[in-house]
Amino acid sequence: MNDTSQGCGSNCSCKGGGGARDDSLFSRRNLLKGGAMTLGAAAFAKALSPLAHWTREETSVEEFLQKHYRELTKIDLELVLKRLEKDAKENYGTDVTITDHRPQKGVKFGYALNLSICIGCRRCAEACHHENNHDRATSNSYIRVLEMTKGSMDMEKGNVHYDHPVPHPDRFYMPVQCQQCDNPPCVDVCPVEATWKEEDGIVVVDYNWCIGCRYCEAACPYHARRFNWKKPVIPKDEINPNQSYLSNRIRPQGVMEKCTFCLHRTRDGRMPACLEACPTGARVFGNLLDPHSEIRKVIDTKRVFVLKEELGTRPSFFYFFDE
Amino acid sequence: MTPPDAETADASRHDARFHATSYLRFLRLAFRLATEGSWLFYAWMFVLTCIALVGTHAWAVQVRDGMAVTAMTDHVSWGLYIANFTFIVGLAAGGVMMVIPAYIYHDRDMHDTVIIGELLAIASIVMCLLFVVVDLGRPDRFWHIMPFVGKFNWPISMLTWDVIVLNGYLLLNLHICGYLLYKRFLGETPDKRWYVPFVFLSIAWAISIHTVTAFLYCGLGGRPFWNTALLAPRFLTSAFVAGPAFIVVVLQIIRRMTKMKIGEGSIRTLVGIMRITILINLVMLVSEIFTSFYTGGSHGVSAKYLFFGHHGHGALVPWMWTSVTFSIIAAILLMRPKVHEHLWTLDIACVLGFAGIWIEKGMGLIIPGFIPSTLHEWVEYLPSATEWKITAGIWAGGLLIYTLLLKVAIPVFSGEANKLSN
Repeated sequence: MNDTSQGCGSNCSCKGGGGARDDSLFSRRNLLKGGAMTLGAAAFAKALSPLAHWTREETSVEEFLQKHYRELTKIDLELVLKRLEKDAKENYGTDVTITDHRPQKGVKFGYALNLSICIGCRRCAEACHHENNHDRATSNSYIRVLEMTKGSMDMEKGNVHYDHPVPHPDRFYMPVQCQQCDNPPCVDVCPVEATWKEEDGIVVVDYNWCIGCRYCEAACPYHARRFNWKKPVIPKDEINPNQSYLSNRIRPQGVMEKCTFCLHRTRDGRMPACLEACPTGARVFGNLLDPHSEIRKVIDTKRVFVLKEELGTRPSFFYFFDE
Repeated sequence: MTPPDAETADASRHDARFHATSYLRFLRLAFRLATEGSWLFYAWMFVLTCIALVGTHAWAVQVRDGMAVTAMTDHVSWGLYIANFTFIVGLAAGGVMMVIPAYIYHDRDMHDTVIIGELLAIASIVMCLLFVVVDLGRPDRFWHIMPFVGKFNWPISMLTWDVIVLNGYLLLNLHICGYLLYKRFLGETPDKRWYVPFVFLSIAWAISIHTVTAFLYCGLGGRPFWNTALLAPRFLTSAFVAGPAFIVVVLQIIRRMTKMKIGEGSIRTLVGIMRITILINLVMLVSEIFTSFYTGGSHGVSAKYLFFGHHGHGALVPWMWTSVTFSIIAAILLMRPKVHEHLWTLDIACVLGFAGIWIEKGMGLIIPGFIPSTLHEWVEYLPSATEWKITAGIWAGGLLIYTLLLKVAIPVFSGEANKLSN
């Protein structure tokens, strides 16, 4: 680089003896340039060749042009659901039904968890794993159970990697999943409105609209969001075939996902899978707008608290102690 | 490469037809200037192309196989890409430290060289945009983030602000550089009305790009490490170290390789700026460290991890101390009297300052924001081979664009190109 002055950046034609000889389109120099550029372009095309395979196998024109969930007409949505069922059949070899569960009027879901009786068995996390068609290799789940040291509510003292019989006498357990905040930071930060809060309080993701920037994952204070780092792998006989567009259908690669309070169940009047799996009855789920619901009873009679209240996220997920 | 400024103030003298032909001649000349050079030039371009090819391929594989090929996880969900993005936004903004002396203080020498800073802004913004694209899980859905076409979550999402300010800054600089170059090519005096307002707008805009980039992070209440009002000022200050440092080296290379006159004044002014900004940046760093460590508690956990590690987790410790050491050495070197005349000292200071801030804003800022995670899990991060390849590829691509831009701009500005085209 610090060579003598003859190598020039700007006065390029100084050595070539002026511009005269470049005038012909087919001069030796122009031909060489053209050749080099063609070669360069070909090299870039070759370098990008893995994309060709991916475009062929994993995407389609219909998918590329698909509108945002909330802008789909009834007929559009029908077609999308059909297409997704067909894709699932092709990719995973099994028949699934993908429905569109809408929020019910007069319902706002809330969840409460009794920390006094949670034994940390992680069956909720496991149930979530199966119910929501998570990737098997990563044993992903929307729930993380923290083993907490008695005498502290500080998560810093928590540990998710405990590996001993539970419950440990000196510990208590705190499962954490999406808090379905009323003021969700994840929704605010999304640049493309791929995630939003539904009328019944559930924060959902349109897996076919998300661009995978993972800003929501950075914004969530509860580690509730997950990214599909690769295409999920699930053996076909383990797939839960009862699926919903906004919840447990098998997610595409490269998009965000999260707990949806099992909306494919709860919007049908059933309980979330994690609640049904809980052997101690630590979980209480229901309609916050119904004054006679069990969840309301808990909130009215127990001293409940929410996680990281100081952040102003206003969770719909409550914790309480019995004794 | 340069936008058509079809209608200019000279429209009175030139009609659209004139511009249609002369702009084509201008583009032809630009193409010729950009593709002809010494062997050294060809070798340089060849090497950059090869690196860019490696990066391109690695990215294609990443899109096909998923981002599992990176070292990122659900815990550390942004890594080397966003780190570089953050740093390079600063590099783009740093060019403004040439624009301000040139246009506000009417520094003669700087006025002659300011285009070098403006072109750097163009190349940098292209790199920024590429770093965002490679960080997307679904780059095929890029159109979702385009205003009017997709669903643009403006004004609430800071990322949409970033899309606006970055592309706006790109367009501003393309216009300014394109207009000035075309006018030089025509051998006419540029009409102030057609670029000075844009230059002043670009000064404010440069501040905005880095402020908005800081707001991406500091607005997140769940990440105490980033959640500090000092972040934007720190970003700007460190950008005004890294930007000038890069340009000082570039100016010297141009002085050696071309006939362009680089006045002593430009380098002296830039060094003057760096001397101050590097110290302010260190003061801000100390201020952050003091707040974190003296207060203690969970707000200081990430900072402690960053500088000293945490129970056997110490992946970032060597990075951060390297950064701090580099910055301090650079600051001391820059204090040498008349450092602009001692080029070796100056160059070492520039390289150390540049590298120090590259680490500070990347491995020293983006990564520790995720460690420990929001549930206090300790998952560490070091970039994977794929990430290094893609990162190197984008840097090579950026340098390639910058080289080509300079290759066209310098002879056009010196008037040498006119001899060629006539």
